Amino acid sequence: MRKAFIETLIELAEKDENIYLLTGDLGFSVFEPFSRRFPKRFINCGAAEQNMMGVAAGLALSGKKPYVYSIIPFVTMRCFEQIRNDVCYQNLDVKIVGVGSGLAYGSLGATHHAIEDIGILRTLPNMIILSPADPFETRELVLKSYQIKSPTYLRLNKSGEKILYGLHQNIEIGKPSILREGKDGLIIATGIMVSLCLEVIEELRKRGYNFKLISLHTLKPIEKEEILKEIEGFQLIFTVEEHNIFGGLGSAIAEILAESNFRGRFERIGIPDKYCSEVGETDYLRQFLGLAKEEIAQRILDKLKKLI
Amino acid sequence: MMYESRTAHLGSCLSCVDILTILYFKILSIDPKNPAAENRDRFLLSKGHGAAALYATLAQRGFFSEKILDGYCQNGGMLPGHSTRNCVPGVEVSTGSLGHGLSLGAGMALAAKNDKKEYRIFVLMSDGECEEGSVWEAALFASHHKLDNLIGIIDYNKLQALGWTNEVLNLEPLTKKWESFGWSVKEADGHNFLDLEEKLSRIPFEKGKPSLLICHTIKGKGVSFLENKLESHYKNLNFEEYQRALKGLE
Repeated sequence: MRKAFIETLIELAEKDENIYLLTGDLGFSVFEPFSRRFPKRFINCGAAEQNMMGVAAGLALSGKKPYVYSIIPFVTMRCFEQIRNDVCYQNLDVKIVGVGSGLAYGSLGATHHAIEDIGILRTLPNMIILSPADPFETRELVLKSYQIKSPTYLRLNKSGEKILYGLHQNIEIGKPSILREGKDGLIIATGIMVSLCLEVIEELRKRGYNFKLISLHTLKPIEKEEILKEIEGFQLIFTVEEHNIFGGLGSAIAEILAESNFRGRFERIGIPDKYCSEVGETDYLRQFLGLAKEEIAQRILDKLKKLI
Repeated sequence: MMYESRTAHLGSCLSCVDILTILYFKILSIDPKNPAAENRDRFLLSKGHGAAALYATLAQRGFFSEKILDGYCQNGGMLPGHSTRNCVPGVEVSTGSLGHGLSLGAGMALAAKNDKKEYRIFVLMSDGECEEGSVWEAALFASHHKLDNLIGIIDYNKLQALGWTNEVLNLEPLTKKWESFGWSVKEADGHNFLDLEEKLSRIPFEKGKPSLLICHTIKGKGVSFLENKLESHYKNLNFEEYQRALKGLE
């Protein structure tokens, strides 16, 4: 995703000289093509994220289009008040790009895990939150959000994601993307979990159940009517995210369901409300947090059986 | 404004209003008829709690009608207690939380440099504000990028909300700190118009460096019973005090 982001940004920056890329001293071996081509518009702000966000707001107030990059906790939480006051309150065209969604930086430890970002940024008026599932969605969302002059947060995994789409799929901000159709239940996932859920769906299919899968790449704003349209007829709905069970995708969908006529079963699957104390790679940690594909499939099957 | 609305920060406004007066009437290249002119100088009130002083100065300079001042902090008024971007013409940024303005100014200064524009960015901070770490992040950034079109001004009245700055969190040696961060620093009497004008007319102080003017000021300046008094930060005047204050300011 990081590569798709930077390649798309370079394309845009070729045509738009107002695009700036700011980093908090991260992006080694990723940003060199940008910095070589546009040295004046590449600013390494150093390990000083509060200032970086303020500088981005100052650039936006001067007609520039800054993209501000770092690992998620540092580019969202360290400088949260700058995002709130300088960017969102003033409603400026600043794009925040965070890398390392959920457990992507697995073995680096919980300081580098990103399990609260959606929850806190969702509370900010004017903010658009984008959480692509693969490099294709990343590219499309970078292109589409470039057209919108608004504070935006792009939540990226890291690298090595599978491509889930064919070339001509239409990705629109605010519109849920349907990756599989099915009648036995609905899974709404976001970010890297979409890819995992395709495998979960395959497991379920082997057991004779067909599930619909939505990639909800736009987590704010969520069009209530769009969601209600997609859930129509389903008795069983799951959300799957690599984020704290509080405040993220599951919470957002629960808010919509609670205020609707939905009378079926609903379950949020995500990271339990705790910091991961195990050490290991992403896949290894997921096993401890209930996010391995086998465990997700089992939880869905258990719920399904209760319904029958 | 502040008497009618029973709001705080009178002392903070009185300590910086002379600086604002010199900036808006002698230094800034601005046009009240065209407040968004591309090449205008930018003034950022980073100590957003001095908003009443900024609004009053802007009104006197002709950015908007003085009648609007009556709505300061009043229900349905246009002027919130911390300066808010475009609440009236001339207010460049929204501030209120300390330690934000210098970074905003640095971003503007960087854009101006890259675009080869001549305009300058003035950022007025309070002394207590220099306790915020983000100020020093911005200070590093501005000197690193040689932003000599950025001018920081510190309203150094030596009093913050709960006490003297040297007792709450000592800032001294303040001049040396800024110099060591790569800024060119001068000091001025923040209530002496000639001194302020003379120093702010020669910008940058040094080519290739951001400039910092430390203005020694008196909190509550001009109202004898508020001068250098801690309570001037929060105190609301009663009618008798208000009349005495007005008389003293005449």
